Amino acid sequence: MTYTAGIDVGSTYTKAVVLDHDLRMVGRALRPTGFKLAQAAEEALCAVLGEAGLARDAVRYTVATGYGRHQVTTSDAQVTDLTAAARGATHLFPGTRTILDVGGQTMKATRLDEGAKVKSFRLNDKCAAGTGAFLEKTARYMGFTTEEIGPLVSTSKEAIAISGVCAVFAESEVINHLSQGVAPADIMLGAVVSLVGRSVQLLKRVGMEPEFTLVGGILRFERMVAVVRSQLQAEVNVAPGDLVQFTAALGAALLGQRRLRQLAAATATST
Amino acid sequence: MAYAAGVDVGSTQTKAVIVDEGRRIVARALTMTGANVIRAAEEAFGTALRSGDVREEEVEYVVGTGYGRYKVTFGNTQVTEISCHGRGAVHMFPATRTVVDMGGQDTKAIRVSAVGEIVDFCMNDKCAAGTGRFLGAASSALDIPLDELGPTALRGERPVKISTTCTVFAESEVLSWLGKGKKIEDILLGVHQSIAGRSTALLRRVGLEEEITFTGGVAKNVAMIETLQESLNLRVNVSEDSHYMGALGAALFALDHILAARQPAKTA
Repeated sequence: MTYTAGIDVGSTYTKAVVLDHDLRMVGRALRPTGFKLAQAAEEALCAVLGEAGLARDAVRYTVATGYGRHQVTTSDAQVTDLTAAARGATHLFPGTRTILDVGGQTMKATRLDEGAKVKSFRLNDKCAAGTGAFLEKTARYMGFTTEEIGPLVSTSKEAIAISGVCAVFAESEVINHLSQGVAPADIMLGAVVSLVGRSVQLLKRVGMEPEFTLVGGILRFERMVAVVRSQLQAEVNVAPGDLVQFTAALGAALLGQRRLRQLAAATATST
Repeated sequence: MAYAAGVDVGSTQTKAVIVDEGRRIVARALTMTGANVIRAAEEAFGTALRSGDVREEEVEYVVGTGYGRYKVTFGNTQVTEISCHGRGAVHMFPATRTVVDMGGQDTKAIRVSAVGEIVDFCMNDKCAAGTGRFLGAASSALDIPLDELGPTALRGERPVKISTTCTVFAESEVLSWLGKGKKIEDILLGVHQSIAGRSTALLRRVGLEEEITFTGGVAKNVAMIETLQESLNLRVNVSEDSHYMGALGAALFALDHILAARQPAKTA
């Protein structure tokens, strides 16, 4: 059996996926990235191997992606997160033409052509107001953790308007709302609405067209997806459960399988 | 003897200054603004009264300024912080033509006339990049108290280049430099240079004219003064009372009011 691994070193979490020869996922794992990127990658990979009961050398090819991909010293190849997410998204949803990827510190809108290749993209990585960090900060100002954001917004009755211009200035806005007795859930949902509004702007700039596929851990909560759906006024594909967070890692592992096949074919012709 | 007071309610700290009729500062006080803005204003004023040994009824006029100026419930009137910083800076350094005020959440560049009137100003109101918050982020990422940031940064020899614009991302960038084995002082020097660069850009937008006076809480930071001077290639005036400049300006406006009220009406 020839296994491949995909490791996605994101700004907040590092995700690893291992695929078998038939492109079936044998395991996946997630670790906080921290600031020792190589170590986070190694830990995530070992966790998958342990879960799948595989030895380290069973993995024949490793592809790294994400912002820390060049720090993964054990990888055979590196691909950009746009390419990896595109591969993962079209594997899960072959009709994908536009991808929205909301990460901890970046937001990316990618437009694919008919051949599932990246045609154009726009990203925001200069300002936290358009990224997961905006939600994380808003939650923290109210005493909630990142993990509590999803459950919190699911209880909201109505979003309160949050300007979403700057993640730092949001603090005073949050404090003002809290002191006026607004429920934290409604403030949190307001932050989500503001973030999604920014993402729609980004999507418009790549010339969005259906089908839409969402990528990133923040989008594993139904309420978040509902906000995207209503602002886009379109249906969206979301991988089930926590798989949405592993889309780029999956794509990287899939690219690894393709590479192995190319290598095998090259060896077959040369002999 | 009549006194006038200015209370400057900033996003982070609330400052109060009392002046006498000769425009001399007789008392100053500082407190954290916190969530209860009204109480912070009362507390700062109360502390200033006690420290200057001034009775409340001797203070004939109080001007509130800063973002929370309307919460100075005992104030007779309000004046914007831009006007107050301009006025305070010109009082301290009469040749001042440009004021750079760095506070907890905003940085302002103000151009003033010879009599301390505002000619023009610009500020960052959309984004916290390049404000005191950037130092706050570095302080919490490196676990170094705010008042030690400057002296530590001055020991830096090979400053790192901070590439992030956003204050939120600066925290992770600082940590990643630390992960790459950079010295804390070199990282901090880089952080100060980055803020100085942004402030210089703001100053150029308002039209830089000498002399320049640096005010606000961040003007207490020695490395900020140094990196700003390097970035501007000019010397800047800094007063011991730099963070009281807004409150001082407010107190001077209050004194104007008292003195004007004493003038016999010209049309009488």
